Amino acid sequence: MKHGKYRFIAGFLVLPLAIYAIFVISPFVQAIYYSFTDWTGLSPDMKVVGFDNYARLFQDDVFWSAVGNSVTLLLLLPVVTLSLGLFFAFMLNVGGRRRKKAVIGGVRGSGTYKILYFFPQVLSVPIVALLFQFAYNPESGALNAFFKAIGLDNVQPDWLGDPQIALWCVMAAMVWANVGFYVVLFSAGMSSIPKDFYEAALLDGANRFNTFFRITLPLLWDTVQTGWIYMGILALDVSAFAFVQIMSVGPGGPDYSTEVLPLYVYQKTFRDGQAGYATAIGVSLLIVTLVFSAVVMRLGRRERLEF
Amino acid sequence: MSAQTDPADLPGVTKEQRPSPGSSRLPGQRGGQERTDGTGSGGDGGGEGKVLNVFSHGVLVIWGLLVTMPLLWAVLNSFKDDGEIFGSPWGLPSALHFDNWSRAWDKASMGQYFLNSLIVVGGSLIGTMLLGAMAAYVLARFDFPGNRFLYFLFVGGMGFPVILALVPLFFVMKNMALLDSYHGLILVYIAYSLPFTVFFLSGFFRTLPTSVAEAALIDGASHTRTFFQVMLPMAKPGLISVGIFNFLGQWNQYLLPTVLNVGEPDKKVLTQGLVALAVSQGYKGDWSGLFAGLTIAMLPVLAAYIVFQRQVVAGLTAGALK
Repeated sequence: MKHGKYRFIAGFLVLPLAIYAIFVISPFVQAIYYSFTDWTGLSPDMKVVGFDNYARLFQDDVFWSAVGNSVTLLLLLPVVTLSLGLFFAFMLNVGGRRRKKAVIGGVRGSGTYKILYFFPQVLSVPIVALLFQFAYNPESGALNAFFKAIGLDNVQPDWLGDPQIALWCVMAAMVWANVGFYVVLFSAGMSSIPKDFYEAALLDGANRFNTFFRITLPLLWDTVQTGWIYMGILALDVSAFAFVQIMSVGPGGPDYSTEVLPLYVYQKTFRDGQAGYATAIGVSLLIVTLVFSAVVMRLGRRERLEF
Repeated sequence: MSAQTDPADLPGVTKEQRPSPGSSRLPGQRGGQERTDGTGSGGDGGGEGKVLNVFSHGVLVIWGLLVTMPLLWAVLNSFKDDGEIFGSPWGLPSALHFDNWSRAWDKASMGQYFLNSLIVVGGSLIGTMLLGAMAAYVLARFDFPGNRFLYFLFVGGMGFPVILALVPLFFVMKNMALLDSYHGLILVYIAYSLPFTVFFLSGFFRTLPTSVAEAALIDGASHTRTFFQVMLPMAKPGLISVGIFNFLGQWNQYLLPTVLNVGEPDKKVLTQGLVALAVSQGYKGDWSGLFAGLTIAMLPVLAAYIVFQRQVVAGLTAGALK
């Protein structure tokens, strides 16, 4: 029996573990090693150069503008997305108060809103990015056409072509794509908060403002924190890469105004043939990610409310 | 956690409910410490102005329009000819140009890309579910040395920036001659879906009753047979949740194919093909074909979502709320 058990365990684990080790673990470990070499990525020759790649980062202006943009996304994107998500979810679940039978409930038509708001979430990032790219197009785009139609002929921004606002344009697309998920996520969280809490608060004469900050938000805190980390990783990694790569004018936007860390890693490897240096940038991205997660965990630590 | 039965879309919200000024403001993040005890805006339901009610409904409607307008706009543009797209971006098409669609499907290979996506996602979804469930089952229900280590090894993968692994991954694939192939892409999709799948399913397997599995073993079923005939069917709700999550993630995957699947134009998956189409049609000036391609990529997923809306939402939130 015991023999059979271990054979079973090994048999079930060997394939998943092998795939995971080959395609996920080993590349990560290799990446850290490569960041200490001068590898081009094109030939198998390389020599270990110690911390040279990391020293070079400090003199690289594009790297620093990428760090700046990534950190801007990291700080603003979760705040805006989660705030909108919380506000909408509150309106759709608790905001419309005092219906005939239920103590709390959403505003009229909240079911439809929830379905609509989730639309962008099922579309892939390239679809969303292209949609927005068309809308931002200075000549034929929907936005400038709209401005013209309402008589603002003089206001015809270049949108993605203007280094001052390019990053904000990309960020707007990212917010658009992600809010729906948080509306649904927070809605699910809010629906598991016991109704008596709201009932008691209503009896005490609490308004919606107090209800939100004293009941909903504290009881939803774990979910908000998870969402915060998830959104932060999106802002640093896959999502940011895809949005910026597809939407940006030229490499990383005009004057590197939308350059972000993951895109810079990609460009240094596959465009410039500097794989060693690129992995050093990648490691710095990993450090930013870890610091961010640690800070969120620490700030978010509070007494766990059981209900 | 599949509490999705939401009665909120029932009619019967009474007219006199007004949101307070506070609730129509965006919540600050450290809201927990707020000490404004409803000064001035006290809970006098009827006394709060109609304006605010209109305001918060207005915000909801505006966001609804913001979400749907771009999609409608893309669908409309896919029926126009190029002149109309530039001349009247917001107007209705004068005639329905279905030739845009057939041009995008055939000439711009959207049909081929669609098929590629189906093959890759089909293969990797089956693989992810099977391998993920096997690993999760063993890690959740068997005690053996190294169990915790392996579990955290798997789960740790959720937090790493994928871009960091991409460069070495490209060369791992190259050495194994897996670049630009369906099976190579399938293996990579499986590998990068495992962390969340294992995390979610091992949580799920832990909640299943032990007695059923024990009964099966006493009746003489092997461990393998117990897994496939008893435990896996019992885990169906969890499998559906994580299956939807993985389907959406793998269908919409862009980063991995962009790096690992660039050699052969015919092997592109839908997301990649769409971007390639945008670049090439942009040069050719075939905007209507581009909008048709975009619509082809967009509509099936949206349609599937509307049909399976409840399952999708329940599946995704079940995963994220754990």
